[in-house]
Amino acid sequence: MTEPLVRVENLTKHFPIRKGMLIERVVGAVQAVDNISFTINRGETLGMVGESGCGKTTAGRTLLGLYPATSGKTIIDGHSVYEARGSELMKVRRKAQMIFQDPYASLNPRWTVNSIVSEPLRVHNLINTRKERDERVKELLELVGLNARHINRFPHEFSGGQRQRIGIARALASEPLFVVCDEPISALDVSIQAQVVNLLEKLQDQLGLTYLFVAHDLSMVRHICDRVAVMYLGVMVELAERDELYENPLHPYTKALLSAVPVPDPRKERERKRVILSGDVPSPINPPSGCRFHPRCPVAVERCKAEVPEWREVRPGHHVACHLVEK
Amino acid sequence: MSTPVQASNQPATMIAEIEAPPLSLGDLTWRRFKRHKMAIAGLVVLILLVIYSFGGAFFVTEKYANFTNTKERLQPPSAAHPFGTDTIGRDLLARTIYGGQISIIIGITAAFVEVMVGILIGALAGYFGGKVDAILMRFTEAMLNLPQLLLLIVMAKFFSSDIKNIDIFGREFSGSVVVIIFIIGLTSWPYLARIVRAEFLSIKEREFILAARATGTPTWEIIFKHILPNSIAPIVVSATLGVAGAISLEAYVSFLGLGVRAPTATWGNMLENAYRYIESAYWMWLFPGLFIVLIVLSINFLGDGLRDALDPRSRTV
Amino acid sequence: MKTDHKFLEVKNLKTQFNTPEGTVYAVNGVTFNLSEGETLAVVGESGCGKSVTMMSIMRLIQIPPGKIVGGEVIYRDNDLLQLSEEAMEQIRGREIAMIFQDPMTSLNPVLTVGRQLTETLRTHTPMTPEQCRERAQNLLELVGIPDAKKRLDNYPHQFSGGMRQRVMIAMSLACTPSLLIADEPTTALDVTIQAQIIELVKELKKSVGMAMIWITHDLGVVAGLADRVLVMYAGYVVEEALVDELYENTLHPYTLALLQALPRADRRRDQSLKSIKGSPPNLLVEPRGCPFAPRCEFVQEKCITENPALLDIETNHKVACWVDVKTGALR
Repeated sequence: MTEPLVRVENLTKHFPIRKGMLIERVVGAVQAVDNISFTINRGETLGMVGESGCGKTTAGRTLLGLYPATSGKTIIDGHSVYEARGSELMKVRRKAQMIFQDPYASLNPRWTVNSIVSEPLRVHNLINTRKERDERVKELLELVGLNARHINRFPHEFSGGQRQRIGIARALASEPLFVVCDEPISALDVSIQAQVVNLLEKLQDQLGLTYLFVAHDLSMVRHICDRVAVMYLGVMVELAERDELYENPLHPYTKALLSAVPVPDPRKERERKRVILSGDVPSPINPPSGCRFHPRCPVAVERCKAEVPEWREVRPGHHVACHLVEK
Repeated sequence: MSTPVQASNQPATMIAEIEAPPLSLGDLTWRRFKRHKMAIAGLVVLILLVIYSFGGAFFVTEKYANFTNTKERLQPPSAAHPFGTDTIGRDLLARTIYGGQISIIIGITAAFVEVMVGILIGALAGYFGGKVDAILMRFTEAMLNLPQLLLLIVMAKFFSSDIKNIDIFGREFSGSVVVIIFIIGLTSWPYLARIVRAEFLSIKEREFILAARATGTPTWEIIFKHILPNSIAPIVVSATLGVAGAISLEAYVSFLGLGVRAPTATWGNMLENAYRYIESAYWMWLFPGLFIVLIVLSINFLGDGLRDALDPRSRTV
Repeated sequence: MKTDHKFLEVKNLKTQFNTPEGTVYAVNGVTFNLSEGETLAVVGESGCGKSVTMMSIMRLIQIPPGKIVGGEVIYRDNDLLQLSEEAMEQIRGREIAMIFQDPMTSLNPVLTVGRQLTETLRTHTPMTPEQCRERAQNLLELVGIPDAKKRLDNYPHQFSGGMRQRVMIAMSLACTPSLLIADEPTTALDVTIQAQIIELVKELKKSVGMAMIWITHDLGVVAGLADRVLVMYAGYVVEEALVDELYENTLHPYTLALLQALPRADRRRDQSLKSIKGSPPNLLVEPRGCPFAPRCEFVQEKCITENPALLDIETNHKVACWVDVKTGALR
């Protein structure tokens, strides 16, 4: 069995809350990500889903070392992200890239498309002459479906979908192995979402990329991902192969989440039995004890309040963190 | 105006994507600026004043400006001396020309010093935060709490003894010009530092900065190539208003006799010379005073216009 | 639910905006009817004119730069576009209520929720302050906010996003309106919260019996909520049908393309998503032909030169298109 490209072990990220003016004290922490472990195989697309406050975006950023981890390990292609320094860290940055959610905020408004897309080339000293860099930028723009003539334009001259493509071109410039896609289509119109998703798939086939696809749109995740992980309040509650998760969800939260997704089929919508959760997602500053889902869980028992459920592989390739799921 | 969509005659052909109107950021800014009548007026007056001071040198030599002729002292405005003469018979028109050069140069270079220091301190405090920010900001606040004028006066007195004349471009200046430039620059930067810090604090949280970090871009590049160009607007406005501020400050300090020394003229020290002759020889203070008012006002209007034109929140064109 | 469609009749509504870049043709002759108690969904992507249409009906468009240049909005035999501002204020909030996408900006952050609710009630009803407060509490309970009595004294920022939207719904229901217009009320909410809000709205509709216009871009939400659907593109209505009809017998190429671009959470993946080529339309230009022609896979010569009108093609199913999507030929 080949070594997975990405291995995450017990990753935890807490953001300390400080109070005080002259001398700051740490009074608490936002427990954004708590002890998650998973792997991603080469060429695979792992989806990470969950609602606001579940920690999926924080997980993606911490995984790449953009936020320092509070504890835990991430190994990308053999490199330990949190221990890498200097040139090794630069290697990590080359091999692992990110595509961002907001096409309007993720590009420097004062830079031309050329500067934006060629930045990885310059920073990693991949191409040293101006002329060759420009050529490569044009190639990348064409690769993502943009017109190479626009190389000297500014971001505000493009539409949202086009800007997202610029972001993709930038991420691909350093020829990465692994790309974290942080909600890359949420800010786009439905008809443009399909364009961008098709592009991401085409590029994955062409370039042999591995993706972590962070999203909240469960329909899109089912379409594009091979395996899916479900996050709730900083904890990973279920991880399974795609169709297995959608057809046989085991965790009560996953079941509620899937039943809440509207389906564009009026007859089905009328006939469906919905699991409606009560209340709101609690704050990650003071998460509930034991299983973090227990206050809203329709089938919770005493044990759920007292004990944190173990992350277990209950079926081949199907992990769950729930006391009520038998092996 | 963007071109409308052209539908092809071939149903299956791909139609070109519509692109946003090709207005660059510079065009947008210029369009917004043009709407400010007062700012345009300010710009025009400023240009005229600069032409007066620097172009006037082609018509009147510096020697003439410093030419003393006690027989013609305290003459009111006449054909020979359109702005009159001063206490030792020097032509005031010529002195306003050369005085203007020095005042303007002081204004610009002092603003330059202010901008450099302000950006450096503000950028480091804003980007690094934490202890660096705390230390730099306490220092900045301390500077802000000291009354600038008092500081200027104290520093001017401190450096007052022993100022030699210096030689640049074959012209002789009192060394006090350089001293004043640095003093003004080094006491004016706190305002700009706070603004720059605020800009850095907010811009560094934006997603394209995170993207630059994800790319592996080194810190200094992030500060100077990514964040700084995006905070240009308040810096430009501050620098512009800083020029006016520096000119005013120079006038204050020179009026108190602590600024630029003879023989170099500035509009400020011309006012000082007029001190005892306020009623008897109004032309000695009227003309330099008028020039000071004009330049400060015009720069302020210009700065207002720039501020509105460069405001990224203004979505209107 | 009466199906005489006479409750609200919008006829040929046209709204434009004057911008420095030119005139924006936001709404170009929108016509539709609504029956009492019916739920109409208005679907389209950003810029299609769905919000502007509703804002025009409510006379909430900023004039200038906006301008309602034509059409009629007949609500219970009165043309809303001809009413005075005072008369409109009587209708807004009391007969027709509107809720928006971002409750944080619709609620006054410096007033307590209770105060905002009672204010609405004081303005539109003759109740005493005590009665108003009691009614406000009932409303919060009605929309499922726990601890309603205490929560009356909370400020908007003390509620979560989903709760704030419930407060907005409570406020809109305060005077038992006959029509609720909801502009993307759940778009910014998490999917489980969205499900809660939709359940709530469905129940309230049953008990209060009001009509509803629900604006969204989400065809999944539409399927679960609407009786009838209006599909908009570039300021035009391109298709109008009963909800089952729209999904099972789609007649307009744009609606078809939207449905084919949607991934499904309830089915195994069978093929790539069909994307719609090109980009959204430029509203600065009044289109000569069909506004969707540049992106349509069924486009014909006629489509480029003539803009099709919205016509009854089948029972209760209107389409603005020259082409029969089942055959690919002109009708």
